[in-house]
Amino acid sequence: MRISLTINGEQHQADCWEGESLLFALREKLGFPGSKNACEQGECGSCSVLLDGTLVCACLVLAVQADGHDVTTVEGLADGDTLHVVQQAFVDAGAVQCGFCTPGLVVATADLLKRVPSPTDDEIREALSGNLCRCTGYAKIFDAVRLAASLS
Amino acid sequence: MDVLTPHTLDEALRLMSHHPDAWPIQGGTDVMVSLNFDQGRPAVLLNLNEVAELRGWSRENGALRLGSGLTYAEIEHGELKDVLPALAEASRTVGSPQIRNRGTIGGNLGTSSPAGDALPPLLVEGAEVECASVRGLRRIPLGDFVTGVKRNALEEDELITAVWLTPSNAPQTFMKIGPRNAMVIAVVSLAVSAGDELRASFGSASPRPVLVTAPRDEAASFPERVAAAASPIDDVRGTERYRRHALHVLTARALKRVLA
Repeated sequence: MRISLTINGEQHQADCWEGESLLFALREKLGFPGSKNACEQGECGSCSVLLDGTLVCACLVLAVQADGHDVTTVEGLADGDTLHVVQQAFVDAGAVQCGFCTPGLVVATADLLKRVPSPTDDEIREALSGNLCRCTGYAKIFDAVRLAASLS
Repeated sequence: MDVLTPHTLDEALRLMSHHPDAWPIQGGTDVMVSLNFDQGRPAVLLNLNEVAELRGWSRENGALRLGSGLTYAEIEHGELKDVLPALAEASRTVGSPQIRNRGTIGGNLGTSSPAGDALPPLLVEGAEVECASVRGLRRIPLGDFVTGVKRNALEEDELITAVWLTPSNAPQTFMKIGPRNAMVIAVVSLAVSAGDELRASFGSASPRPVLVTAPRDEAASFPERVAAAASPIDDVRGTERYRRHALHVLTARALKRVLA
């Protein structure tokens, strides 16, 4: 089934198997491998994207459900070679270890700071509760979120 | 496999009558897990995302109509959190922000899991489930809608279209036990309200939702009564004994909160 959607501001089309997830379509059909595939059940958050501006797990969206809709992936955050303030903060704070969870955390953090520019630690904890870091690098991730908030 | 995407409720009901074995998919937080893990291959998926009639909520003659496509995030952040505080508290404990942005109360009802977080607060508020088909509409009290573990009274051509209830405005609360405050399936959960009478319902402690009531002056024995009404099992998340004990403790705590 052919779907047509906007990804990071540009129109794209893909032929999808009817049962496949938006995550699979993004990574395997549409050339956006930034969103990571891990748990495939909404537990880990490494596939977090914005669907019509709302933070979702791309593994839990049927690709066909995104037909005619607007998706922002981690690839859409940077402005050319200039990293998004959240991405730069993750680099500067040393919040990246193996890096697998980073795209999801960056998207979730960008979403948080758009809604809550100066979040408390509890608000950060709540907003990122659906993103797991298997390296358990949460302290540095918190530093990165606070840094990004202070710069944006 | 085929995906059908109706744009109106009428169209959705017609498609459901032609494809009674179709799986409705709204937020996808349960259905996509089944698909991703190859636990089911329906011939037809009915994508309800584009059916506007299923979205949002409205007031009708003092009653509330919650569309089956109402998300946990909408309950948690909107005006509903003041009208249905226990349901809002329950919604806040569901999954993560990503899950709450997609998951819906219609999905929670359709899945009919004993651990469904929305079920205890809805039952305490006397909710009825609106089911629709091309044959017409009917409303089923929530306690009768769920007929067993992951089973319900929905006919094969019916869709869950809404939940109806009249807010009690009684002091009420929801509590849930799990290893974390996020991303957990309840080891046990509890909703309690204290209006004209004490009302309680629990999750993960019986195959079907159970409503426990008592006069207000029997608060002292209410924790015992709630724990005794449960029929929990031993499973990967907890034991029968722990769940019954936890319900006793949670009910006592909840009463302190709602009777304060």
